Amino acid sequence: MIVQFDNVGLRYGPGPETLSDLSFALDAGAFYFLTGTSGAGKTSLLKLLYLAQRPSRGAIRLFDADIVTLPRARLPGFRRRIGVVFQDFRLVPHLSAFDNIALPLRIAGVSDAQLRAPVEEMLHWVGLTDRANAFPATLSGGEQQRVAIARAVIGRPELLVADEPTGNVDNEMATRLITLFEALNKLGTTIIVATHDYDLLGKVAGAQMLRLERGRLTERPRPAGAR
Amino acid sequence: MASETKDIAARPYAPGALLPQGRLTGPMPWVIAIMMFLTVLASAAGLALDHGARSLSANVSDRITIQIAEADGPTRSRAVSRIVALLGATGGVDNITIVPEAELSRQLAPWLGTDLKISDIPVPALIDADFIAPAEEREARIAALDTAAKAVNAAARVEPHATYLGPLAQLVGVIGWLSFGVVALMVAATGAVVVLAARGAHATHRGTIDIIHMLGATDAQIVHLFQRRMTLDALFGVAVGFAWAIAVILLIGRSVAAVTSDLVQSASLPGFAWVLLPLLPVAGVGVAWLSARVTLRRALQRSL
Repeated sequence: MIVQFDNVGLRYGPGPETLSDLSFALDAGAFYFLTGTSGAGKTSLLKLLYLAQRPSRGAIRLFDADIVTLPRARLPGFRRRIGVVFQDFRLVPHLSAFDNIALPLRIAGVSDAQLRAPVEEMLHWVGLTDRANAFPATLSGGEQQRVAIARAVIGRPELLVADEPTGNVDNEMATRLITLFEALNKLGTTIIVATHDYDLLGKVAGAQMLRLERGRLTERPRPAGAR
Repeated sequence: MASETKDIAARPYAPGALLPQGRLTGPMPWVIAIMMFLTVLASAAGLALDHGARSLSANVSDRITIQIAEADGPTRSRAVSRIVALLGATGGVDNITIVPEAELSRQLAPWLGTDLKISDIPVPALIDADFIAPAEEREARIAALDTAAKAVNAAARVEPHATYLGPLAQLVGVIGWLSFGVVALMVAATGAVVVLAARGAHATHRGTIDIIHMLGATDAQIVHLFQRRMTLDALFGVAVGFAWAIAVILLIGRSVAAVTSDLVQSASLPGFAWVLLPLLPVAGVGVAWLSARVTLRRALQRSL
């Protein structure tokens, strides 16, 4: 088990809870889809997973550590084990596609000489080799999304969290990206993909579903032993 | 494909490229340049005035003048001889000099003109001497000397130079210390400028910071990125301000050298000032480095 939520609640400010009473576990090496209508709390749940937010209540265990009480100084080490595809891509605007993809490796201290080959491989993999030197402002939405995906997976993360990763690409590219996620999953990465695209759900054999409605889970993955 | 790969591989990577190229901190380097300019000038003024106050104090503290305001010339001359003998017999008195009439004439010429003979008018006779005594005995021994001089001639009076130049030396010293206070305020203001610039830079690049934070960058890595660039900006400002200030000090030094007044000459820069002043830009860069570091660390700690 790579993630364990126990009775987790999340509240922004004094308002009502955005997420309530979430209890579920994600198995290492599994593939999950997170679905739900807009405003159901998918992005908030992902934020808890990629450590952009701590819960207001409840307990979260990630990589066998208690995330709620984990000292702030130790969070970067955990974040490096997680790949994130943000809904709004969050590419660094003054860095080229090459440099955006190389970012996690540079943060991890990989030398320029060592990072060239994997970055070039990722560029080729997402079909952007000829756009390596382009800046985000000159890339289409789909191209930006592919750069964001390449950046998320280049560090071979243990957990990949993707928020609507196929939202801006055509069907062919969506299928290609999902195939890519599957390949990564086969290498052992646990993957959770938030999506509105119900066509996508059938494309990954063995994928499990989490469904959020108004901040509560209405469908949760089965424990490994129950499958 | 091969050419594309070659193109990618050939691209140079600048370590600071995670932040946009160019200055991060807007007008900060120029504000620091002005601060450094004023700091160096205030320090130089403080050092010069302190040096002046010390040399003035040293010059006056051991010197006395015996004034014999006797109207009758022959009586005055006799009194001068007897008081010189008295001084010679007094312990701790040295370098006894009767101020020559020619010197008195020269000093009075602006008021009395050059036609009058000094012997024709009742100008007091003056005897200068060094009077060295332990500080705790000094006042009593000067009073005893004054009494002895008055016994020779009732119009004789012993005047320690410290009584009239001492307050001036003290004032010069106080102004000197005030300059050091101004330097301290300037250093604090420089720190404040860097704090504001660091906050501005952090706010401007918040988006980039959030991204690299989420990708696993530590606070130290992010601080290092900003700190390096901000320190370079500060270094530029400090260098410009220091160069301006040294040019102005050298110009003032040339003007002071042309003034013949001993008082003005005494307020010149001591030799060690040329060791201390170059330390100011080093301290300025240090303050900028530290202020940027602390500010950015605090700003980052407000996020998860």
